[in-house]
Amino acid sequence: MGCVNPIADEINPGRVAALRLGIDESVPGWTVQRNCGSGMQSIDVGFRYIEQGQADLILAGGTEALSYTPLLFNHNAVEWYSRLVMARGLLRRLEAMAGFRLGFLKPVIGLERGLTDPVVELNMGQTAEVLAFLFSISRQEADQYAVESQLRLARAQAEGSLGEIEPMFGRDGTLYDHDDGVRPDSSVESLAKLHPAFERPFGKVTAGNSSQITDGACWVILASEAAVEQHGLTPLARIVDSRWAALDPRIMGLGPTLAATPLLTDHGLALDDIGAWEINEAFAAQLIACLKAWADADYCRKVLHLDGALGNLDRARVNVDGGAIGLGHPVGTTGARIVLHLVHALRRLKAKRGIASECIGGGQGGAMLIEAM
Amino acid sequence: MKTGTGTGVLSAIDGNRLELGHGQPVTGGGVYRCWRRLREADGIEWLILDQTDASTNRIEPSMLEELDAVLAEIERDRPPGLVIRSAKRNGFVAGADIAQFRGVGDAGAMASVLGRGHAVFDRLAALPVPAVAVVHGFCLGGGLELALACRRRIALPDASLGFPEVQLGLHPGLGGTARLTRLIDPLDAMSMMLTGRPKNARAALRAGLVDAVTEERHVAAAVRAAISGALKPRRPWFKTVAFNTLPVRRLAGSRMRAAAQKRARPEHYPAPAALIDLWEKHGGGESALKAAEIPSFSNLLVGETAQNLIRIFFLRQAMGKADKSAHAVRHVHVIGAGAMGGDIAAWCAYKGLRVTLADMSLKALGGAMKRAGDLFAYHYRDRHDRAKLRDAFDRLIPDPKGVGVGGADLIIEAVPENLDLKRKIFAGLEPKMKPGAILATNTSSIRIEDLRQGLQHPERLVGIHFFNPVSRMPLIEVVSHDQAAPEALASARAFAARIDRVAAPVKSAPGFLVNRTLMPYLLEALLMIDEKVAPETIDQAAERFGMPMGPIELADHVGLDICLDVARVLSQGLSEPLPKPPDWLEAKVKNGELGRKTGKGIYDYKGGKPQKKPGQPAPDAEMTDRLILPLLNACVACLREGVVADEDTVDGALVFGAGFAPFRGGPLRYARKRGIAEVTQALEGLAAKHGERFKPDAFWQKLGA
Repeated sequence: MGCVNPIADEINPGRVAALRLGIDESVPGWTVQRNCGSGMQSIDVGFRYIEQGQADLILAGGTEALSYTPLLFNHNAVEWYSRLVMARGLLRRLEAMAGFRLGFLKPVIGLERGLTDPVVELNMGQTAEVLAFLFSISRQEADQYAVESQLRLARAQAEGSLGEIEPMFGRDGTLYDHDDGVRPDSSVESLAKLHPAFERPFGKVTAGNSSQITDGACWVILASEAAVEQHGLTPLARIVDSRWAALDPRIMGLGPTLAATPLLTDHGLALDDIGAWEINEAFAAQLIACLKAWADADYCRKVLHLDGALGNLDRARVNVDGGAIGLGHPVGTTGARIVLHLVHALRRLKAKRGIASECIGGGQGGAMLIEAM
Repeated sequence: MKTGTGTGVLSAIDGNRLELGHGQPVTGGGVYRCWRRLREADGIEWLILDQTDASTNRIEPSMLEELDAVLAEIERDRPPGLVIRSAKRNGFVAGADIAQFRGVGDAGAMASVLGRGHAVFDRLAALPVPAVAVVHGFCLGGGLELALACRRRIALPDASLGFPEVQLGLHPGLGGTARLTRLIDPLDAMSMMLTGRPKNARAALRAGLVDAVTEERHVAAAVRAAISGALKPRRPWFKTVAFNTLPVRRLAGSRMRAAAQKRARPEHYPAPAALIDLWEKHGGGESALKAAEIPSFSNLLVGETAQNLIRIFFLRQAMGKADKSAHAVRHVHVIGAGAMGGDIAAWCAYKGLRVTLADMSLKALGGAMKRAGDLFAYHYRDRHDRAKLRDAFDRLIPDPKGVGVGGADLIIEAVPENLDLKRKIFAGLEPKMKPGAILATNTSSIRIEDLRQGLQHPERLVGIHFFNPVSRMPLIEVVSHDQAAPEALASARAFAARIDRVAAPVKSAPGFLVNRTLMPYLLEALLMIDEKVAPETIDQAAERFGMPMGPIELADHVGLDICLDVARVLSQGLSEPLPKPPDWLEAKVKNGELGRKTGKGIYDYKGGKPQKKPGQPAPDAEMTDRLILPLLNACVACLREGVVADEDTVDGALVFGAGFAPFRGGPLRYARKRGIAEVTQALEGLAAKHGERFKPDAFWQKLGA
């Protein structure tokens, strides 16, 4: 299972989930972390184990509860507390307590730190601003994309195109049957009113054209051909191949171009052969940057080692039912969610092949080539 | 990464074994059926209780006689310390063997038996060797008395210690009243004995009932600490000193009496008052209290109430027994998340089954999940039970798409009472059910013969009829029909036992057993209202008899709309005359005054409690007969028609499903005690005065024969 921010009580959610599901204690379970790519990594690992013949059935997926990201004590506060706990005798305790500073109470916002790359010291939104500059993406373009995404999601929810979503119930009986981040009444005008979220006052990336910070989880069952036979399963799709790539963390948003392109070239596929794309909408600007990069001959020759521009992806085939802008980006889950949704979208559109891809914080990209069955 | 071979590693290394010391059998000792003496290298002796041919240790005379002989040997051998432990996996000692109390009529003979038991425990208490009891699992009644006679007690975390005798109309009889009130806070001790509620290990430690709580892996070390004196007991000595004085005990006694009276009428249930008297008078001296305990216990035992409650105990055991060979139910699929379906699902999940709950409405599912959450949160409210709380939630799986059908061993349909709807659901289910799975309906008013039409395999359809509220009513009517497979019925009964319910096998007939017999009781009460009798008076007539709730309050509790429905179904389906529901009842239902659930029915309700007007006239004797005798009559009709196989089942079902005065042993037991002839005469008298509906059923003659 992919997970970036396990809660303190369940540090290895993959194993805990297996036991709580009632899966036999003899089945190993673990958790994998590749930032935003964790969910896809989980599926990839399962795919490779089965491919190598080491397993027949694997339950893979992702989980994330960003709303539970803790507030942390800074390191000085932690040291002070340890000294207090270890102090023996009244005098020593009083001594230890005297070392307290008011600044110890200021929490470190875990989420903030998590979304900031420690090497280049840019948060994720800032990397989108970098790409908006380098690929000449305007505020309007980004907002326009976001509106389109929201409307697609609203339509998909209304038409029941998100069949993979299962309703959840809280312990108090509250029903959660749809993602409530959707804004069907989005418009360029309403988005224009928002302030830049990451780099004020001149930035182009806002809360409205970025992915939302949410909770979510996703499971898929991976099976070998033998297991399909043995258990009489009806597979929805086949994983053909996967790729991972890495690049400068400051432009991590271009990760999909590096990861997805080899899937096309190595399998002799043209853009037209791909019936649907699920490219995670970390930020509207980031997604548009990928599309522009693929349409740019220079970029394709220098970076992707192609003969010329790959081409213009048909927008109608990209994120057909909306994406993280309306649905949210629960970090460890997204990679699995977009693979699963791609499968459902391909089946609905009666298309054969699809690619799911995402940019990964820290400067990476991941992609999977899927065939519907 | 092929599936690992880690299954069953713990059992392969005997990871759940009990620490029974590493001793060798003592040489020169006798050979006993219940006891084994093992001595370790340093001399510490482990006295292991392991009754042959029994899965549970129980106190009974031969076991005590053997203990007497063993104690004599120990007095002779003088080991440095003694550990008393059960080798049975399920616990220490479950209490006395109740069978020895059944049918006892001679209080004097019982007193001598008790006297001998006292002597053995006194000998243990006076042993010149420090004795430590190690308690795991249940330690109840006589078992707790055995542990109390030891100098120290060590509990495992799963230990449950208590005195449940009051539930049989008795109190402890082997010195427990004296030893417990001197060991822990006397008020706490009295509360334990008056309520019968056991303490878990942590609560026992807090109270001073046990001196340490430890895991299996530390029992050997704990035992040595207890023997050497390193383990310091915590006892509230100051309170026992205070309660040595009579005035203090009198004050406490009167308060206890008032509280006990509220719970159960002393004329029906004499045990609590007897216990309070015992302690009030003799609580100042240990030997005086022990001496007085014996006649008090013996007199209670030969009384009606205790004998009837003992009978009920055995009925419950018989009706709650699981047939080991029946196909076990591990996964239940419940369809319908309404008041009944949701609660059935919650109860099954609480009892450890995996449950999938389906409903077309997500909102209804949410409501069911909330009620389930309340049930789990109540039972696992201790913060140490957080994992158990989580596990209960994990077992209850909301399943709007009905995916669970294919894996379920048992499917329970609990949708609204609509024949077409149920038939449609069954038709959709049948092709998906796994082989060996059974299909059950919770219907109370639709004929199973109608429901089974259209099924490919009607033999695996049975009725499993729960009562409301599921968590508090132990009864399930398992309804058979002439095409039902015996395996399916056996599986249904085993399922009932698995979720700690009591199964009454009944044949398909309108109202089955409980609803059919309760209806005349309820309707007669409604007729009395027409005769301008106050509802409070009517209810009192029934409560005086021993019913937990009067018929008017019961009608409001069940719902006046439901009463009307059931009355209609019964009058259509049965040949015997039923009183006609009064017009004002229909008017109330039309008006939305349905009873407790709407805040107003016949009574008004505030916070779920009926607002009864004080000062209503007392009921006369005939009123009670008018209410209770039709119920008896209907029971007999059920026997005649073969709806139920025997009187025991009738009695058990009415006690567990309707709360029929348990101290009377059930309706037919009461009828026999009163005298069949007398009952039929009374019925004839009522028939002459009030109408045909009282005419005694033809089958009374067979019973009287």
